[in-house]
Amino acid sequence: MTRDIAVVAFAQSDILRTTEEQSEVEMLMPVLHDVLDRTGLKTADIGFTCSGSCDYLAGRAFSFTLALDGVGAWPPISESHVETDGAWALYEAWTKLLSGDADTALVYSYGKSSPGSVRDVLTRQLDPYYVAPLWPDSVALAALQAQALIDAGDTDEPALAGIGTRSRATDNTRAQLRGSVPQGDYVVRPLRTGDCPPIGDGAAAVVLAAGERARELCSRPAWIRGIDHRIEAHGLGVRDLTDSPSTRLAAEKAGAFERPVDTAELHAPFSSQEVVLRKALRLDENVRVNPSGGALAANPMMAAGLIRIGEAAARIHRGESDRALAHATSGPCLQQNLVAVLEGDPR
Amino acid sequence: MSKEPVAVTGIGQTKHVAARRDVSIAGLVREAAGRALDDAELTWADIDAVVVGKAPDFFEGVMMPELYLADALGAVGKPMLRVHTAGSVGGSTALVAANLVAARVHGTVLTVAFEKQSESNAMWGLSLPIPFQQPLLAGAGGFFAPHVRAYMRRTGAPDTVGSLVAYKDRRNALKNPYAHLHEHDITLEKVQASPMLWDPIRYSETCPSSDGACAMVLTDRAGAARAPRPAAWMLGGAMRSEPTLFAGKDAVSPQAGKDCAADVYRQAGIADPRRDIDAVEMYVPFSWYEPMWLENLGFADEGEGWKLTESGVTELDGDLPVNMSGGVLSTNPIGASGMIRFAEAALQVRGQAGEHQVDGARKVLGHAYGGGSQFFSMWLVGSEPPDA
Repeated sequence: MTRDIAVVAFAQSDILRTTEEQSEVEMLMPVLHDVLDRTGLKTADIGFTCSGSCDYLAGRAFSFTLALDGVGAWPPISESHVETDGAWALYEAWTKLLSGDADTALVYSYGKSSPGSVRDVLTRQLDPYYVAPLWPDSVALAALQAQALIDAGDTDEPALAGIGTRSRATDNTRAQLRGSVPQGDYVVRPLRTGDCPPIGDGAAAVVLAAGERARELCSRPAWIRGIDHRIEAHGLGVRDLTDSPSTRLAAEKAGAFERPVDTAELHAPFSSQEVVLRKALRLDENVRVNPSGGALAANPMMAAGLIRIGEAAARIHRGESDRALAHATSGPCLQQNLVAVLEGDPR
Repeated sequence: MSKEPVAVTGIGQTKHVAARRDVSIAGLVREAAGRALDDAELTWADIDAVVVGKAPDFFEGVMMPELYLADALGAVGKPMLRVHTAGSVGGSTALVAANLVAARVHGTVLTVAFEKQSESNAMWGLSLPIPFQQPLLAGAGGFFAPHVRAYMRRTGAPDTVGSLVAYKDRRNALKNPYAHLHEHDITLEKVQASPMLWDPIRYSETCPSSDGACAMVLTDRAGAARAPRPAAWMLGGAMRSEPTLFAGKDAVSPQAGKDCAADVYRQAGIADPRRDIDAVEMYVPFSWYEPMWLENLGFADEGEGWKLTESGVTELDGDLPVNMSGGVLSTNPIGASGMIRFAEAALQVRGQAGEHQVDGARKVLGHAYGGGSQFFSMWLVGSEPPDA
């Protein structure tokens, strides 16, 4: 079965350190309006809706049900939800469009990391019997990975600092950290503040459309040439933290290696993880990596991966890229990875 | 453009109990998944992707548990997708997995749903902090009881109907070796004498808290041809959602449920569900939801559902058996409950439901709902492939 499916619109909120004055729904609503306005579609026109979010960030069960009220699901809509980054919601929507059940899809995701300690919260996604009780936090685990890379000779601290500096030298006004950001002190050796993502809140949304519908809705659709995701073992002790075989396999299945890409939006919350991903994805110096600033400039949990796809697609929409790779991750030390390859029509 | 037909060739459940202290969460899901693979006579290596569902992560206190479960479910190196659509999640998870086959993204997919309620307390996991929820709205029963009252008032149903459903489902559960509640001494009088929890819902008209998991192997036409036992074929499947609270909502018979059923019937070519469908596994966590959903799903006219129940139509030997397995009223590992409905529907059309088999069941509906009666997922499975 072949059916061409494209990202035809992308919108995101400003990514902010705190959004105390807003509920999740209030944060999301303008983004939903924005993305629909870009296509002229209304909620009732959308064939399938899928979202990504996480109860543990919201601090309440079924938190996504309120966001659905914001979508305005009336008359009732065909809808689903993944309890993870919105990139996986996009994958679910893509399969729905592939099967022919829908011609358009609205995908959105959001997360507020500001109300709690996200380092503590993320420990709760570890093996609940043997690891989580020790409360190893996300920065400490990333530091293990960074040290393994340094020990293997794959990078060093100045190189990592360069990744942070380059990421924040972005003209993306939505980003949380921009311009000259000091590398700072060690958080957990060898990672300094500048190697770690900012903690922030944000939302993003994407509209997908199939075939001719995509051309009607967007002057230069970002065609999804391939998309795949793979997971690795959970236990860090059974993984080579200097490599990401799941990313490599997902990229291969998505067709990323068939021809070079000009742009890559990588979801690498820690500078050291960009090193791992560049290697797995065989990205050379000719590829423009994270022009948006990536997760080191803004890392709204559950939206940061969807934003990578959205940013890559938006560059194609604007004619700034012809073939782009977008990557999203979930789990400690890049356990689960998704790769999408997007292309614009030839010019 | 045609979709690939989707077949269920493997089904596995755990024996559902109040507390599975002998296994971890990983052990629990692996048990169900292993049984589904055995049923399909496949190995872990034959699975192309894994789709996992469960209700809120707060129920076990594990955030995004699919990450930790990747190893136990043989998913390492494979795509693993996690679905969460409140109480309907077990059904939605099966539908997301089925769509991977229908879209020809994968040939054979393992789907698993679970809940290990003993790891925490579901009632408080669902009771949100004030001021986000009014006080005294403890647990799901507190939310749904007023809607049951509205149904009774609207239809004039006698207050005995709920206990008939509970008595039937608990007796059906005695024929299902995997059911949680096996109340061998159950009588109608005992149900009616049980304590009132959320008026008009009595203790014995309420679902238990269960530990359990359910798994299915879904595959394409080629996979079904290789399967050792009869397949159940998906003839239609749909999800519908509507907002939780708004002025136009009919909490007794939500529009999303009606639309979802209509979509499934359209796909499956069902003109008259009462005549064309042989049996139903529906999501009935509180007994009164059987007559309510009979109307919502189009098996009875508005106001008439309770009459079907009262006249015995929904008994195991009735004209339209409902919840042959004992249903959610007898077994409720929340995240898995929807998938159990879907799986039990498939068992029926495969002729593999054992003592609770309905003779000649050829088309059976599996139904799930969640949230504030706002999320619906359903599938209709048949003993023959579509277009056959």
